[in-house]
Amino acid sequence: MEHSSLAGGFTDPPQESAQAFRGIMRAMACPGTICDVAGAVPPAPLSVAAGTVLITLADHDTGIHLAGHYNVQAVRDWITFQTGAPLVDATDAQFVLGTWEDIDLSNLAVGTAEYPDRSATVIVDLPVLKAEGATLKGPGIRDVARLNLPDLEAFRRNATLFPLGLDFMFTCGARIAALPRSTKVS
Amino acid sequence: MTDYNFAYLDEQTKRMIRRAILKSLAIPGYQVPFASREMPMPYGWGTGGVQVSAAVMIQEDVFKVIDQGADDTTNAVSIRRFFERTADVETTETTTDATVIQTRHRIPEEPLTADQILVYQVPIPEPLRFLEPSEVETRKMHALEDYGLMHVKLYEDISAHGAIATAYAYPVEVEGRYVMDPSPIPKFDNPKLSMPAIQIFGAGREQRIYALPPYTQVVSLDFEDYPFEATKADHPCGLCGSTDSYLDELIVDDTGGRMFMCSDTDYCGARRAKGHVGAEGTPLQENAV
Repeated sequence: MEHSSLAGGFTDPPQESAQAFRGIMRAMACPGTICDVAGAVPPAPLSVAAGTVLITLADHDTGIHLAGHYNVQAVRDWITFQTGAPLVDATDAQFVLGTWEDIDLSNLAVGTAEYPDRSATVIVDLPVLKAEGATLKGPGIRDVARLNLPDLEAFRRNATLFPLGLDFMFTCGARIAALPRSTKVS
Repeated sequence: MTDYNFAYLDEQTKRMIRRAILKSLAIPGYQVPFASREMPMPYGWGTGGVQVSAAVMIQEDVFKVIDQGADDTTNAVSIRRFFERTADVETTETTTDATVIQTRHRIPEEPLTADQILVYQVPIPEPLRFLEPSEVETRKMHALEDYGLMHVKLYEDISAHGAIATAYAYPVEVEGRYVMDPSPIPKFDNPKLSMPAIQIFGAGREQRIYALPPYTQVVSLDFEDYPFEATKADHPCGLCGSTDSYLDELIVDDTGGRMFMCSDTDYCGARRAKGHVGAEGTPLQENAV
């Protein structure tokens, strides 16, 4: 039983997933706010926060797409054992995971006019996460927030699709920040 | 402790509700469908709010429940006990001590902070439902941003009553896009909807969750010549003398006698504890039965 995919989940799922979700929810409700999210110990190259988001939110109902060099056996095995989520193509995915360079946004579900919630959530592992750089405005932000976004034009285009669009989570180590479609970036 | 999972719901259900909450925060005012579970209480008793509270709750939370402002009604007491028993969380009646507040039809008088979460119990989440009974049609109307019917309804209010007669569940427009039902809160509470706390609305029977992130722009629908007015009974509270809180009207005898008192019991009690006394009140006594 020396298989790494069996380890690294929550030891007390009800309590740890509740704690993790509060961090994730705060990040999504207040775009640009950096929150702590920990509990999972996923295999490389996944960050602790990205792994924790997956085991908090994903299950057999949610297709996950692994982009580029995140699509490796160790990660696939870990996600399959820990969440039971099917690994799917980008077009069918509810969660997309990878680095900014590896993710192709053009194929992802942005929802429909009648069901804008049927859209992908993109989890981007970043090398650094800090509250400086691009300016964020919109719901959840009192005046302005700042976040080191990996791009500007892609997020600006995403915001113009509102109420359709993608929702982003940026993870780095055991920290998370989010950028929902409702946020205007500049 | 009991043999229930933390906060009653199973983990798969919580994940489903949590995913719906995240999408609802990303699309403020849009009603996200979710697979509402049967709860150990009847529909209409806050099953939507209870499911949202269970999905956001952590062990360290201090939980408060109000029913039309009151902490001590059957509904509020039983939901508080439900989470004491199934989640072993601390509960309170004091607004400022609470981290999660579940509410039926009121926003507390005390301004909420960024560290608090307000969970609403919602009976009918669809603001257009009484104007258009078909879900297929109302969904299309939201998709097309076709809210003319709502303005016609408010206009008909004016032509029939001389003013917008809608006094509760007063429709709002969220971030210039979705028209939303703020649940049956009095329109007195509408101006508070843009606040530092996260607000999540849960409708159990109707299987919808929607949300307002902090500081979301929320505008009560109106007309230039008939602007929105947050109204309340034109009286001071009979118990604490407050002139700026929302009041309930209470019939006190069978000869038409009545008094007005704060609907927010914690707010009223705190004022009385500080020595404020209304016209029909008596000074608060320690250990009074």
